[in-house]
Amino acid sequence: MSINLNVPDISARPVEKCVTKLKTEQVSLFYGSFQALRNITLDIPSRCITAIIGPSGCGKSSLLRLFNRMNDLIPGAKVEGNVELDGIPIYDARIDVADLRKRVGMVFQKPNPFPMSVFENVAYGPRRHGIKNRGQLEEIVEKSLRQAALWDEVKDNLGQSGLALSGGQQQRLCIARVLAVEPEVILMDEPCSALDPVATLKIEDLMRNLSQTYTIIIVTHNMQQAARVSDMTAFLMIEPDRAGVLVEYGPTAQIFTNPKDRRTEDYITGRFG
Amino acid sequence: MEIRTEFHKRLRQIQDEILVMGSMVSKAILRSIDALKNRDLELARQIIAEDKKINQKRFEIEESCVELIATQQPMAGDLRTIIAVLNIVTELERIGDHAEGIARIAIMIGDEPPLKPLIDIPRMAEQAVDMLHLSLDAFINHDAEAARKISAEDDTIDQLYDQVFRELLTFMLEDPRTITRATRLIWVAHNLERSADRVTNICERVVFIVTGKMEEIGASKY
Repeated sequence: MSINLNVPDISARPVEKCVTKLKTEQVSLFYGSFQALRNITLDIPSRCITAIIGPSGCGKSSLLRLFNRMNDLIPGAKVEGNVELDGIPIYDARIDVADLRKRVGMVFQKPNPFPMSVFENVAYGPRRHGIKNRGQLEEIVEKSLRQAALWDEVKDNLGQSGLALSGGQQQRLCIARVLAVEPEVILMDEPCSALDPVATLKIEDLMRNLSQTYTIIIVTHNMQQAARVSDMTAFLMIEPDRAGVLVEYGPTAQIFTNPKDRRTEDYITGRFG
Repeated sequence: MEIRTEFHKRLRQIQDEILVMGSMVSKAILRSIDALKNRDLELARQIIAEDKKINQKRFEIEESCVELIATQQPMAGDLRTIIAVLNIVTELERIGDHAEGIARIAIMIGDEPPLKPLIDIPRMAEQAVDMLHLSLDAFINHDAEAARKISAEDDTIDQLYDQVFRELLTFMLEDPRTITRATRLIWVAHNLERSADRVTNICERVVFIVTGKMEEIGASKY
């Protein structure tokens, strides 16, 4: 039996901003005998942007990938503890992972459009989920490209290859591709690290707009970016055995002006690296 | 391992510059009282001219802060320190203006016969300068507790001010011909009282650096 994770159009749901969307309780993640994360407990608020920061190798991306079970693809990966989406444990054996990933989409560090047209890139997901009607697909493609702030730049040539776009446009195309399947949560793993400053600011602006409708979690090495775009910030650190632990989690304004933990202060002011 | 060594070096330099400016200002206050006591009009003119250097120092420190914010994106405690410095230089510059004000009064008084020997006014000045030094120590040491204690000393200055005011009022009541000279001395005392209030504001900024909280401490009676 599979637990039904499908819900109707989320815009129709009376979801209050900032109620808990995702939750981890005492979550530990192992890759074989190596412990990558230890006892992570945090509540991710709905329709907000949550940033995960911390030094290289502290488990930021591993934590992000917990939320759509991307770690399942890594041999030997094992999760302990509880991860919930809208109160439903997503590591329950009965969960349909494809369904979960439809609700929790992901944007990667390097823009990775499919080697096909702009239109087909965006229509790919809805097609896979069974939408065949051309008119309906056109509607979804336009809506998604508009939401991703790319429509005006590509509307006259939707047949061009996604690979022909600039880096920043490619990344927005990838965001449009995620939006096309109407997710509720968007995970972003260093989405701007391959982009120039102007393209970066465009994506950040887009994220602020999208956060009115979607819950966004972003992993970033760029602390200024975390400070600029996010509502909440989680700071992770590496323990001596190299496991990642959550040091501090709170409103972004507080973390960057008056962190409570000395280690957060030292990290964000560059007193250790 | 400290990784932003260059940035933190520049931040320390700015804090050192605050001490330099603090010393310029405290010297100006003490010298303005000397000028008043000794009828030294030349010294008074010198204090007025040197206030420009204090103003210039304030702009230099502000510019360094703006540059650090623009180029280094300071965070957390570093950000609070820079924001506090921007406030503290304004307070110091205004204390410098109070010293200049006293020097101008000294010139106005000129060689008029003294109304009375000056006792409480120099005491107010010493107390205000003492508070200023302690507040800058608290700033350098990031000591919120010390900062809170210093602001309590402002009460002593307020009491001295009351005393000076009452005494001069008595002079004026007894002999209206003293009104001009007595009023000028009240202005001097007022400049010193305001200087001490500005030291209290510096103390509030020290508390902000340490705790991240904006709080009013020891509100002055005046």
